[in-house]
Amino acid sequence: MALQFNDETFRDDYSFHNSERAIKRFPFPFDKDSYMYAVNMEQHRGGPSDSIYEKRFDVDEHYVSEMRDRAMVLADDPLRCQSLPHMTLAGWDLLELIMVSKSEDYPDLFELHRDGDKWHWVNKPLGIDDHFTFMDETTLPYGPMEYITRQTQGDFCVLDQRDDNLWMDAGTITTQADWSLDFDIGMNFFEWHAPVPLAHEKGIFVRALKFLLNIQQGAPARRLNWTMTVNPLLDTSPENYHKWGIQKTSLTPENIGAKQHLRVELQTFFRLPRSNALVFPIRCYLCAFQDLMTVPKWGRRLHRVIRDLPEELATYKGFIDNRPIMLDYLSQFDDGLPTSNGIWPEIDGEPPLKSD
Amino acid sequence: MSKFEFPTSILSRPVYGVLEARAGHQHLMIADAEGAGAILDIATPDLMAKSHIIFILKGTDFADELRALNPARFYEGPSYAASVSRIQRVLQDASMGLQLYLAGTEGLMGQVQSEAMKVGIPHTAIQTEHRGSTARRMQCVHCKGITEDVATDPFQCSHCNLNLFVRDHYSRRLAAYQAVCIDAEDPGNVPAQKGLYE
Repeated sequence: MALQFNDETFRDDYSFHNSERAIKRFPFPFDKDSYMYAVNMEQHRGGPSDSIYEKRFDVDEHYVSEMRDRAMVLADDPLRCQSLPHMTLAGWDLLELIMVSKSEDYPDLFELHRDGDKWHWVNKPLGIDDHFTFMDETTLPYGPMEYITRQTQGDFCVLDQRDDNLWMDAGTITTQADWSLDFDIGMNFFEWHAPVPLAHEKGIFVRALKFLLNIQQGAPARRLNWTMTVNPLLDTSPENYHKWGIQKTSLTPENIGAKQHLRVELQTFFRLPRSNALVFPIRCYLCAFQDLMTVPKWGRRLHRVIRDLPEELATYKGFIDNRPIMLDYLSQFDDGLPTSNGIWPEIDGEPPLKSD
Repeated sequence: MSKFEFPTSILSRPVYGVLEARAGHQHLMIADAEGAGAILDIATPDLMAKSHIIFILKGTDFADELRALNPARFYEGPSYAASVSRIQRVLQDASMGLQLYLAGTEGLMGQVQSEAMKVGIPHTAIQTEHRGSTARRMQCVHCKGITEDVATDPFQCSHCNLNLFVRDHYSRRLAAYQAVCIDAEDPGNVPAQKGLYE
């Protein structure tokens, strides 16, 4: 399918929008009518045709505009992209993984031609055509991690593995759910997750770490995570919270359907070959409540999940104050009918919503 | 000298122990203010003969007591900022098996630990003991400026003047806790200041 790239913004006038296709392939994160933390890992080996799981690095209609937004964030705050000195090799590993994956998965958009260490990379959507020497930083305009992550949707954490732990030692983080790379860089798995409530007590991180330490080359894994964002703002960083926090108070019964977005992260995990580092892409997908309500199953389910979510989680995810207005809106669509298991929309299998 | 029992907190928050003399041919002890007491508690003539003490006065008068221990080397500095280049130089000379002891405020211990990590000493190999002030070294997540010796929550950033609340999330690399704007969603609504741990 030929991809049309939206010309849109994730700030100021917020012209971001999802096409009907983008809504249908949105990674709705709830596989049943309630939610609690779990080690919800599965293998990342493709998925249904045209789903966000199909390719190793999903490229969608927001690609060009997201990369423009990333460039703006990095121009304002270069600390959003950092790599500790021992992580350069992992940066090359990541560059190779992405270039090989994208050129194989999207041959009409990306080309990679390799002659020994002389590489030629063509990125048609962004108009990039570069020749460089693999493993020679002086032949690229940025370090290898920054170069390739300026051309790939999603945040990227590059994790060093040592002492039976994972260490947040490099990353490009511009679309984050309110955490700071600059603060967390150098921390281990338990330390950077320290502020998360309930999950430590449930043993989630101990089990997740065991799983991640054993991820092998060629056998990537994935999971979904989610939060809520008012306005389609990619850069919900703590650095800029004093600027965007006020937007959380702008919801009204009239505008909530358009303004309130479910923010879903497709988190994937790839072992890198030379460095033995683990790369942890966190790809952000946004969908307005009113667009989610076009899928009857999601409309019924979202209300039940948000209504029954433990208070600690609603607080940690930053929408405890907005939960009542969200429930006023969502409850209109919930007719109490049962929903089918799993995350897929199943448009044809579920009756329409009452207010639809 | 009273010792403060920190409440249990999240996993990034440092925990401190009680110094104990370990076997070794080289001992580097760095303390500020009431931290002097932790060194006095483990000092023996044998240990002191192999010890280098760096003491930051921070307005206290414990230097004479430490000097009287007759350590192999002794330095007293008025502040951490005045002493940091000396500490860096001494750490460069650290040889395999050096025992590093830190005592005093969280800010002092954290900053020396960060310097020690830069020269390759794992943080798990460093002994620490908290004494004295419970004030914290805070990084403003917005402007990145450090405010030293923060004793209240909320507080005002000494660089950008935002009203910030004190988190327990801690970075060893920065030797600082994280501070975040408290009135972003309701500008001007700043709760009354309370002392930390009150």
